[in-house]
Amino acid sequence: MSVLLNKNTRVICQGFTGKQGTFHSEQMLAYGTNFVGGVTPKKGGQIHLGKPVFDSVADAVKEEGAEASVIFVPPRFAANAIVEAAEAGLTLIVCITEGIPVLDMLKVKEKLKNMDTLLIGPNCPGIITPGESKIGIMPAHIHQPGRVGVISRSGTLTYEAVDQLTKTGLGQSTCIGMGGDPIHGMNFIDALKLFEADEQTEGVVMIGEIGGADEEHAAAFIKEHVSKPVTAFIAGATAPSGKRMGHAGAIISGGKGTAKAKYAALQDAGVMIEQNPTLLGERMLELLR
Amino acid sequence: MNIHEYQAKEILKSFAVSVPHGLLAQSSDEAVQSAKALGGSLWVVKAQIHAGGRGKAGGVRVCQSLADVKSAADALLGSVLVSKQTGPEGKKVHKIYIEEGLDIAQEFYLALLVDRELECLSFMASPSGGMDIEDVAAHQPEKIATFPIQDIQTANLSDMAAFLGLHDELVGKFESLVKKIYQMFVAQDAAMLEINPLVLTCSGDLVPLDAKLIADDNALYRQEAMVAMRDLAEEDSRELEAAQFGLNYIQLDGTIGCIVNGAGLAMATMDMIHMKGSKPANFLDVGGGVTVPAVTEAFKLLFSDQHVKAVLVNIFGGIVRCDIIAQGLLEAIKTHPMNIPVIMRLVGTNEEAGQNLVKDAGLKVYWAKDLDEAASIAVKVTS
Repeated sequence: MSVLLNKNTRVICQGFTGKQGTFHSEQMLAYGTNFVGGVTPKKGGQIHLGKPVFDSVADAVKEEGAEASVIFVPPRFAANAIVEAAEAGLTLIVCITEGIPVLDMLKVKEKLKNMDTLLIGPNCPGIITPGESKIGIMPAHIHQPGRVGVISRSGTLTYEAVDQLTKTGLGQSTCIGMGGDPIHGMNFIDALKLFEADEQTEGVVMIGEIGGADEEHAAAFIKEHVSKPVTAFIAGATAPSGKRMGHAGAIISGGKGTAKAKYAALQDAGVMIEQNPTLLGERMLELLR
Repeated sequence: MNIHEYQAKEILKSFAVSVPHGLLAQSSDEAVQSAKALGGSLWVVKAQIHAGGRGKAGGVRVCQSLADVKSAADALLGSVLVSKQTGPEGKKVHKIYIEEGLDIAQEFYLALLVDRELECLSFMASPSGGMDIEDVAAHQPEKIATFPIQDIQTANLSDMAAFLGLHDELVGKFESLVKKIYQMFVAQDAAMLEINPLVLTCSGDLVPLDAKLIADDNALYRQEAMVAMRDLAEEDSRELEAAQFGLNYIQLDGTIGCIVNGAGLAMATMDMIHMKGSKPANFLDVGGGVTVPAVTEAFKLLFSDQHVKAVLVNIFGGIVRCDIIAQGLLEAIKTHPMNIPVIMRLVGTNEEAGQNLVKDAGLKVYWAKDLDEAASIAVKVTS
């Protein structure tokens, strides 16, 4: 078993015929994702990459039974694209788009509150269940089906951890990049719940960043509800306060969101913290021995 | 994006918030003219820089005569202010704002911000205004409260007024002010507005005495008026140069230059350099859609920086291709010779092609298999 995504999940792409949408849809098809088509308004009826193009997500649901979507539309249209996908009944929405205005995301989260939809991102690499399916932009070849769940706020740092897990032979059950924006969908706790319940997942690698309090909340949750071993790295331990480090969410302000506080909370929850990001694979190997 | 106090007040004014009368000046003569035009017998001369903590740094001067205004303006213009928020290098004052002095009865703190926890906008308020809010948070946390707003039309704002200890007759004025501030925030796509202090004047008015507004960079495409307020003189020239190429660059005070893909990995690279006993000269994320000209610019930026004693390249190629990074280096050295050690950790998409490009060009770089090794080499060759 894996979490959220498997080889049967019927996936579409919003922003399908654009440059990014085309490139990454090709990659997803090549990986074996059950990719059933895409959406580009006013291009409905065309065939792109051998798959049907629809005018709306609702049409893709009706015609192809779409369940999940990956969004590559430009920032100014992305918030509406998320809402459209949710209203069409998709259960999993992965938004890759970077640069969505924060007030737009507040509206999206308000809309999604009472809906049965899980949003991953925005500004994230996506989700992959190695050997089965990927929805996102991660380099597939470094993954390997296996025993460890990965949940991360960072893109390339996730690849670091994945690569190490592959090299140690542990592999991954499912890897989720939740993205670096301050207002986002899925968080650490959502993923930890799923990994705790998933038989295939034996341990979890968590990659956090400075800013916000997601890691502190995750620590409180782990303390009460997670029995599987967890190892964690927090990026930005040495970042100066008040400077925004690339991700809109990665900023220490008013003394809050420091790596030190996050490490302390995680350690208190029994998490094996690792301040050297090149050792996450080895740490997990020790924990699962 | 940051804007100046006088600009934030202009915006507040356009949303019918009453702010003190003030005029901008760029010379001491202009400052005196402004004070005359404002009238009265009490003025405040305020340095306009993109950083807080100006008061303690001597950037806000109360003047009781036009001669005082002139000497305050002379002292401030062209000077470098070092406050808690400017960093040790400080910020040069190019503009000053001359404001009418007010008779202050009481000072409060009021801020509106995007609350990541509750996923809504929240007001933060404190009856201890005019002080460093971080000190209040540290020593008197009970003096700060957060008021999440789900719907400003139906929100119960009297709790906030009560927390500030406002008299009944002021509650109506306060609620109206809070609503205007909220409307302004949403209409302008702000990320943060801080009013410290919000004052109650002796004549019973609530007036923002200072205003710091940060705009959401992601929303600038629909905020032309805000973009027009951008003051490039306040921004780091190297950071601006980098931004033109889509590079995310922040100057730091160490000696090891970094070129990395991804913000998280870039921060981890900085952390690792610290762990090995040295300091990074910068944060640099080349981003996902990186091109050869952008990478070329990144190398040029670091090669031309006197503080940089070595360059550490840490690429885990996903969407970013290693051969593009290598081509960028080869382009850069055509105009900017590689006089300092370059340590390369180049793995992921097209890693062999990238490594071969560098080797075939006969460039002597240090190759590292992972970040740990790359940081070790960088620290060793610079110490």
